[in-house]
Amino acid sequence: MQRNPQLNANGELQHLLSIEGLPREVLTRILDTAESFAGVTEREVKTVPLLRGKSVFNLFFEPSTRTRTTFEIAAKRLSADVINLNIALSSQTKGESLLDTVANLSAMHADIFVVRHGSSGAPYLIARHVKPHEHVINAGDGRHAHPTQGLLDLFTIRHYRKDFSRLTAAIVGDVLHSRVARSLIHGLTTLGAPEVRVIGPQTLMPAGVESLGVRVFHDMRAGLKDCDVVVMLRLQNERMGGPLLPSAQEFFKHYGLTAEKLALARPDAIVMHPGPMNRGVEIDSTVADGPHSVILPQVTFGIAVRMAVMSMIAGN
Amino acid sequence: MKLHIRGGRVVDPASGRDAVGDLYLADGRIAEAPAGRADRVIEAKGLVVAPGFIDLSARLREPGYEYKATLESEMDAAVAGGVTSLACPPDTDPPLDEPGLVDMLRRRAKALTRARLYPVGALTVKLKGEALTEMAELAESGCVAFSQANAPLGDTQVLWRALQYAATFRLPVWLRAEDLWLAKGGVAHDGEIATRLGLPGIPAFAETIALGTILELVRATGARVHVCRLSSAAGVELMRRAKQAGLPVTCDVGIHHVHLCDLDIGYFDSHCRLEPPLRSARDRDALARALVDGTADCLCSDHTPVDEDGKNLPFAEAEPGATGLELLLPLALKWGEASGLALAATLARITSEPARILCVASGRLAVGAPADVTVFDPGAAQRLTAASLKSQGKNTPFLGYELAGRVRYTIVAGNVVYEA
Repeated sequence: MQRNPQLNANGELQHLLSIEGLPREVLTRILDTAESFAGVTEREVKTVPLLRGKSVFNLFFEPSTRTRTTFEIAAKRLSADVINLNIALSSQTKGESLLDTVANLSAMHADIFVVRHGSSGAPYLIARHVKPHEHVINAGDGRHAHPTQGLLDLFTIRHYRKDFSRLTAAIVGDVLHSRVARSLIHGLTTLGAPEVRVIGPQTLMPAGVESLGVRVFHDMRAGLKDCDVVVMLRLQNERMGGPLLPSAQEFFKHYGLTAEKLALARPDAIVMHPGPMNRGVEIDSTVADGPHSVILPQVTFGIAVRMAVMSMIAGN
Repeated sequence: MKLHIRGGRVVDPASGRDAVGDLYLADGRIAEAPAGRADRVIEAKGLVVAPGFIDLSARLREPGYEYKATLESEMDAAVAGGVTSLACPPDTDPPLDEPGLVDMLRRRAKALTRARLYPVGALTVKLKGEALTEMAELAESGCVAFSQANAPLGDTQVLWRALQYAATFRLPVWLRAEDLWLAKGGVAHDGEIATRLGLPGIPAFAETIALGTILELVRATGARVHVCRLSSAAGVELMRRAKQAGLPVTCDVGIHHVHLCDLDIGYFDSHCRLEPPLRSARDRDALARALVDGTADCLCSDHTPVDEDGKNLPFAEAEPGATGLELLLPLALKWGEASGLALAATLARITSEPARILCVASGRLAVGAPADVTVFDPGAAQRLTAASLKSQGKNTPFLGYELAGRVRYTIVAGNVVYEA
């Protein structure tokens, strides 16, 4: 099997493509670095010169607001030049191939490509074809991975819980289609969380999901019992009324997070959501806005985590 | 033209012959000992002299996909791989659903004087799975069987009628067993690897459910069906029982599926994007064993040249298939050796067994049989590179591998069509 393509020959991070396969020390170092940047965002002068003179190309083949914006803010705080490309509206629709698009941008002297793509593995393909000084950061590929989201989730958990070694975490909802779930599962198991649960109906569980090191629950109440962390996944409305789920109402009744169900978790449990939320589908407003919710701090931490990743990969 | 192949290890799976000796060819047939002086003597000391290989599935990409490969390039690849007869599936553009197209293809192949070409006709018009083709007429123009290639046939009413109609004229039908709905959108075996990589899966029961349907319809219609590219352990089990029950069914396995599994996808290697998908290691091992015990009748290359643009895409978007004609021998030898088989038993899967399914007289070295012979060096290893492949398709997961088994001479109808 090939060498892990995101590490260079010295085991250093060359690209960030997936949390899977990253050693515990690398994850910890990213989180520690993010910690040091968390202070920067509180300062009056919010920039540091680590990426001065470098160009970050935001290459989004799928729409995104939160992820793209936080990458942009993170890059700017590192003093990089940021170029946003909304590919969905330009060259792809004219039939240009993915690698041609990348080659053209590369000719414009890119240093970092932040890539979101609907097909699993697309950032790997790009990483195989970029020049040695160029770096690829996966900002979400198909159902496969969303490593910076996974890292910011880990950062959030560490911020509120300190210790992974006694943690019980539950990830609830559409695991089948979720790159967020996959990345977080790999992160939690790598950092030593003893119990990671996934909760949802069979139709939303991928085949052999247990092999990722999780316990599967179809009964949400049983699954939430004594959890320290509850991560709700976004459920796209397009999934409703098809072969996977009959209706939003029925889903919410069984797998939506309400205050009553949350009471089964630990009294100090935190509630997370990668956004965008569907209130009343996967999460009740009283919970989303309630005292257990750390959904907005997640967004703030996302900036520090993305600063950490970019500076570690391409910093001066 | 008289040919004398001297001092080679003559291996004829059909008769069980495996001994050092001479082979004589005259007037396009295997001949008795010397009928006069040979026009050419081939020294085969240290080499294996075997029947020319027969491949039940090789896409030549003509007509319609000449940018991926041409009849010329792929016929070169065939003889370089020791393949003297090949069946080509009907998924060309337009598909092989009209006698005129079949005629033209056969004439073009004949003019190239390389391997023998056996076209497989489309089972339904445009491979759409709706209306039957003129099978009887297509058979007259040279189609040896009828198939949907990889095109789905979801309508079981159409499948039933197609088998009835084919059975009426005693025409063989070659089918992939894959349920249209269960396979829809899938690109990898539905299991741990697809889950980790976030790739939409095709469950193994997409094969067994379709296979169950096919076997029931064989029972009902008496059609002679060959199942193409079996991919799962459960599929093997169904085939085993069907054969024990005496159904007129045979099946083949692709060369990649006895060596690779979903784990080999690694970090989204699009060369491992195949149809059917590579399944688990357990499935792979079951396929390799099925080929040993005869549950699977033969091994085929499922040769599918794809250009670089078709593979330089994210896994799910990449075009499925791998080049295979030139890998048939090395990968067959590798499987045979790993399975502890005698050389004759290994070669049977690419000579006498596919000949039986094709109902042709080649694939054996009996006197009077067509003089289709491949002479190869079983020990000579060579590193597989894009440049070493004659095929226009350089798409193979085995690029960079060191593989043993090198063809030295390929002889079709008594003419040396390749030597190296």
